[in-house]
Amino acid sequence: MQKIIVCLKRVVDYNVRIRVKPDGSGVATDGLKMSINPFDEIALEEALRIRDRGLAGEIVIVSIGPDDAQQQLRTGLAMGADRAILVQSTGELEPLAAARILHQLVVREDPGLVLLGKQAIDDDCNQTGQMLAALWDRPQATFASKLELNGTVATVTREVDAGLEVLEVDLPAVVTSDLRLNEPRYVKLPDIMKAKKKPIEILAIDSLGVDTNPILRVKRYDTPPARAKGAMVKTVDELVGALRDRGVLA
Amino acid sequence: MSRILVIAEHDGKRLNQSTARCVACAIAIEPAGAEIVIFGSHPGAIAAEAAVLQGVRGVLTVTNPANAPALAAVLAPQIAGLAKDYDVILAPSTTFGKDLLPRVAALLGVPQVSDIMAVTGPRTFQRPIYAGNALVTVEVPDSIKIVATVRGASFKPVGGADAAAVRAVELPVSVPAHTRFVELRTDKTDRPDLQTARVVVSGGRGVGSADNFALLYKFADRLGAAVGASRAAVDAGFVPNDMQVGQTGKIIAPELYIAFGISGAIQHLTGIKDAGTIVAVNKDGEAPIFEVADIGLVGDLFQVIPEIEKLLR
Repeated sequence: MQKIIVCLKRVVDYNVRIRVKPDGSGVATDGLKMSINPFDEIALEEALRIRDRGLAGEIVIVSIGPDDAQQQLRTGLAMGADRAILVQSTGELEPLAAARILHQLVVREDPGLVLLGKQAIDDDCNQTGQMLAALWDRPQATFASKLELNGTVATVTREVDAGLEVLEVDLPAVVTSDLRLNEPRYVKLPDIMKAKKKPIEILAIDSLGVDTNPILRVKRYDTPPARAKGAMVKTVDELVGALRDRGVLA
Repeated sequence: MSRILVIAEHDGKRLNQSTARCVACAIAIEPAGAEIVIFGSHPGAIAAEAAVLQGVRGVLTVTNPANAPALAAVLAPQIAGLAKDYDVILAPSTTFGKDLLPRVAALLGVPQVSDIMAVTGPRTFQRPIYAGNALVTVEVPDSIKIVATVRGASFKPVGGADAAAVRAVELPVSVPAHTRFVELRTDKTDRPDLQTARVVVSGGRGVGSADNFALLYKFADRLGAAVGASRAAVDAGFVPNDMQVGQTGKIIAPELYIAFGISGAIQHLTGIKDAGTIVAVNKDGEAPIFEVADIGLVGDLFQVIPEIEKLLR
């Protein structure tokens, strides 16, 4: 295929412990380390491997976010993507709005495959890929742990609750990556230098004709109630006794 | 009155318990209850199971050979077709519902609320974000349908009731051929299902190998327990992916959860925090799992498990 589009979301790094603002108005993210959503990074790695096998020409990475999302796009370019598109957005987008924007870009770029993470680790919605597939009226294969391409067909192994499900989908299609699809490569310094020369196209969000105003009304954010720390026991006898006291062991 | 449609999850033979949990959420939204729709090639027996759930006002069956494997691309247009008669569409937040419902929402042109944990008003829901480190409450405006997935661990399955009526519906929707089911690979065991078991025995990196997991299986069988694992144990290849407990695996709420050799990464703790009693056994007394465990024991699981077995009646 000529082209694969990979969608990258800029999120708070997965190693950072976030806090809810004391007034419940949001999650404090100012000054925190930001990264490519880890599931999206896996999606990009898969696209690069497909290109390395000679099965794709160009890898285009797309992000919707603030100007600073160029940092994550630069990382994606350093990993090996050929070019990038940033759709500028200052506010939080609902997955439906993100999918509508991606749909506009997919129509414009006409890729043979769209890869993205199964969910973003900030809002944990797990919706955008499925919504894009619906709007595009193309197949979806979510939670992929293996992806094989044979001409116009992709065979995808999916991680489902019952085990592993194998689907065959006609291309073009949308595939969302699960954790075990691959292990993303580390970026090397020369690649970072090379990536500085690769193009990032910047699009104003209004230019795509999509209404991006949130539809759901956010009422408040809360910190989840903590589980109280329990008691330490010293011996197995005490452990079994404590379980019997609680009535959870016969 | 809100008219609610719950999308049933099943394996072709039996109704998945996630459906009864979804109905519990539906009742929290609308005390008058909900209807359930079952897609399949032979939905009769599953419909009979669904009909006797408390709060179920009626069961719809959509019979079509194409509906035998639950493919999102095949089911979504059918559900979107049914949706005009309903105000609320619910599906379980399992891999089935997570795959399917966003496709439905996009066809209907409405946002989806993922992973409802609590119903705080007729159109207001609490859901987890940042791997459960924060909770957000969102309201769905009156002008649109509510399309939402339900986090099973947050709702107890409804009980039984008198059978509601079952009605077959014909849906004049063309079904796409671009997506084809090939196979489902599943390790059949006689152990209880991880998501519904009363007791879960779980192992982490500390178990050390796939072979060593035999010790956990044997122990679980003594207790009649299901067996789970941490992401580290799955990534290390000790056990298959469907045993993973945590934010990116299964979120469970057993009465008793016993973690052996699991350090307790945040994403794992998110998957177990609704458990009744959490027991942790780990060699490392500093392991974060002890922060959430009700009962903790610093020790070597290979010594502790046989000792517990000796004390079991």
